[in-house]
This record gives sequence, structure tokens and C-alpha cells, in this order.
Amino acid sequence: MFQPQLTQEALAREAALPENLWIQCPYCKQGSYRESLGDAQVCPLCHYGFRITAKKRLALVATKTTEWDADLVTTDPLDFPGYDKKLAAGRQATGLKDSVWTGQANIGGHVCALGIMDPKFMMGSLGTVTGERLTRLFEKATEASLPVVLYCASGGARMQEGIHSLMQMAKVSAAVKNHSNAGLLYISVLTDPTMGGVTASFAMQGDITLAEPHSLIGFAGRRVIEQTINQKLPQNFQRAETLLQSGFIDAIVKRSEQEAYISDLLAMHERA
Amino acid sequence: MPEKETSAYATVQAARAPRPYQTRELINGLVANFHELHGDRVSHDDPAVIGGIGWLDQQAVTVIATDKGNDLTERLQTHFGSPEPWGYRKALRLMKQAAKFHRPIVTLINTPGAYPGKEAEANGQGAAIADLLVTCADLPTPILAILVGEGGSGGALALAFGDEVWMTDKSMYSILSPEGFAAILWKDASRAKEAAEVMQLTPQNLLAKGVCDRIIPDTGADFPAALKAAVKPKLAELTAMDPERLVAKRQARFRQF
Repeated sequence: MFQPQLTQEALAREAALPENLWIQCPYCKQGSYRESLGDAQVCPLCHYGFRITAKKRLALVATKTTEWDADLVTTDPLDFPGYDKKLAAGRQATGLKDSVWTGQANIGGHVCALGIMDPKFMMGSLGTVTGERLTRLFEKATEASLPVVLYCASGGARMQEGIHSLMQMAKVSAAVKNHSNAGLLYISVLTDPTMGGVTASFAMQGDITLAEPHSLIGFAGRRVIEQTINQKLPQNFQRAETLLQSGFIDAIVKRSEQEAYISDLLAMHERA
Repeated sequence: MPEKETSAYATVQAARAPRPYQTRELINGLVANFHELHGDRVSHDDPAVIGGIGWLDQQAVTVIATDKGNDLTERLQTHFGSPEPWGYRKALRLMKQAAKFHRPIVTLINTPGAYPGKEAEANGQGAAIADLLVTCADLPTPILAILVGEGGSGGALALAFGDEVWMTDKSMYSILSPEGFAAILWKDASRAKEAAEVMQLTPQNLLAKGVCDRIIPDTGADFPAALKAAVKPKLAELTAMDPERLVAKRQARFRQF
């Protein structure tokens, strides 16, 4: 095969090129200049919101934040081999002890109890600590008469915690119900991905349910369904736009417009 | 004779084994004059969920059971006991009806999980389960949940947010099937046996953790009658409780996890 011989100069210039200048959108598959995603990390072509850490999102949407229950750590109830390494990697990637940030925050001038699940921590899976922090979020919000805004992002249950993970769905649901019974607002924001036990509990229990464009939202995983029914599913299956059409979410809101949108909803539910 | 130690996978096999009684026979052992009530009042009636009202002696009781079907045709119709969203909506409707009349609810659970189908997703499988959970969180009537076979994932939990959760000695309760668990964590569904051992899904494991409150023996053909004898005093006790206290205790039960 003919191989063009690069000059030393050309090789040096190639080596000096920065890496990762371009990024492919996982939804529309188009390449974009990385810097064009902006601080909010949104595809400039289709508005898909890239997966970001909870702390990154916190900085985008809220001010005057006070974190709650930051030091809760899991007890590894199944004593599951290799789990400690996964947790360590999650902590390294996110600066959180488990897969959710919770606390009090200010969104566009309105105080609320805020939860943000972190897809970079074991894909936001629902462990006991995740469930406990979310339960306390709703309990503290009920006590302080605050609305709850919860950004969901999760692959579903945390397999490494087995049945303990499943029980979180019931535990958090009870806290959501008591908060609701106190006449308080709960806004659920579904981001990519919101799946499994999270969809089958608190993600779908909000008074108002919003979603980011093209987010994957569902219960069963795509592969499981394809194997069960033995056919391929269309690309828009389980995407936010499909759920909007079938009536399971209230609205799709672009990341750049969320602060204003949520802030106005909070204002409309503020008590005199 | 000392009892042989059985592996967790043996529990899985026992939970999946065919029963000498049909689900309707189990219901008819528990209550007399069972009136089956159909439909979700939106679009469908799911054969995987049987619901209705019957007499447990002098007490009217709402019974909601998952059903795997008795022959191949029925098994296909029920997706081997995996409810569709409209099955969960039927359960929700009957639970609200029970609460209206302060009638106790008994759920009999034997499901590999909620059905992972295209229509199920399009019709809000997740939302249907979420509705049941948030409703049962403060439903002001007794709920006794009994796992009588497989208890798989959120599809089982949807019917198991009870004041008490019982398991038969031939049942299991887990986050996912051992096959699914092994596929997700080890990318190898054939390691199901190994998965079962670490998942702590046996009645004994779950009793120790407080996930299950009581283990009752599934004695085979005479189990339907034995079930009634076990359930009756517990329902009497739960029905006598003030609904507010009942709900507070139910929430406290799940708050500990």
C-alpha cells in the first residue's frame, strides 16, 4: 500500500492539535465543535442536553445553595464484590458520596428544596443513600413548607444493593405523598436517562412533570423489550417527545429555558 | 429429620414451579362468593391481574392476585404473569374502591415482573406502578401483601406496599430476576445461579431484613384453605386499627429501609 510520507513538520503540527475538539451528539449523531455546546452542555443542532454532573447542573440552575445530608454513605448491604470500586469511581467523578445532591436552593429568586440526581455516579442508580437523601428532601420540605424541584437521572435500581434498592421506591413514595398532602408543589424534571424503578416511583409522582428534549424515559430497557417481543423499536421510542404525545409528561423544556420556566411555576404556587 | 440446607437457587426454582392449585382456587380458598371485577376503566382488562370481592367468613375482602395462567394460551395472554399497565390500573381502581368502603385488601403476588413490552411502555408502565405506590402510601384501609411465588422487581412491589408483607416458603422476592441481575452486572445471564446466592432473595433472608414479616408454609393442594386460617386473624387485627394509625405504621415499616 502507498503511504504518504509526512514531513517532520507536518507530524509536529498534528501532534500539537488539541484532542476532543469535536463531539458527537448521542441523540442526533451530528458532530459539533465542543465549545459550541456552551456552559449548559447542549447540542446546538437538536437541543439534546448532554449528561452532566449534579454539581454542574446545580451551578446552572440554582444559587444560594445549602447542601443537606451530604455525609450519608452506603453500608453495602449485600457485601457485593467490587461495589466499593464502583462507589469510589462515582465519588471521584462527581464529588458526591452517592448518586444525588439534595439541599435548599434558590431558583430565579424562589426558595425550594432541590434534588439533582447524578448520571455520572453509577448512572444515577437508586441506592439506599440515594433513597434516604430523597426521602429526607421531601420530609424537610414538608416541615419547612417548601416546594420540591427534583431533577431525575437514573438507569433505575442499584443492583448491587438488591432488595434494599427496591424498598427505596416505596420509602420515597411515602415521603412524596406526605409532602403532597401538605398542599405543597412537586416539580419533577426528567433528564437523560430516567428509567426503571425511578420512573416507576417518584419521577412520575410530580404535580408537574417536565422533561429535557430527547431524554430517554421509560421503565423497561430497550434491549429487554426487543428481546421479549423479538422486534426492533423505533429511534423515538421512550424519548421525551413520544411521552409528551402519549400524555405522560406536561412539557419539554430546553435546558437554557428551565430556570425561568421553573421559577415562574414556583411563583404561581407561592402562598400569600 | 434435620432439614437439608437449600441453596438460594433452589428457592428460585421452587418459586417458579407449577402449583397444584390454580390462582382462582387459591382465591376461592381464601374467600367465598368471589365476584371478579374486570377492567381499568380506560382501555383494557388485563388477565394477568385478577381482582374482586369475596367473603372471608363475615368480612368482605378485596382480593387482587397476579395470575400466570393454566395452559399455554392463558400463559401467553398473561405474559406468564407479567401485568400490563392496565393490569396495575385495574388494581389501583379496586384498591381505591376498597378504601372507600374501608374493606381490607389482600394481594397474592406471583409475577416475574411488569411486562417489558412495546405497548406496555407506550401506555406508561412506569407511571402505572408509580401511581400504585403513591396511592398505597396512605390508603386508609388494611393491605396484606402475600408473595406466593415469584416476586420480581417493581412489578411485584407495586402490589406489596402493605401493612404486612408475607411470603410462602416457596416464594422469592428480588430487585430483578437472577438472570437479569447476572446479565446487568456480569454481562452473562447464564450466571443466574451464582446471582441468586448473592441477591438474598429467600424468605429467610428477607425475614431477617424485615422486608418480610412472616413466612407461611405452602403445603400444596391444601394451601388455599390454610391460607384463609392464617389471614383471618391478621385482617381482623388490621381492620380494628384506626386508619390513621394504620397508615402511620405502614409508612414507618418502609421508612426503616
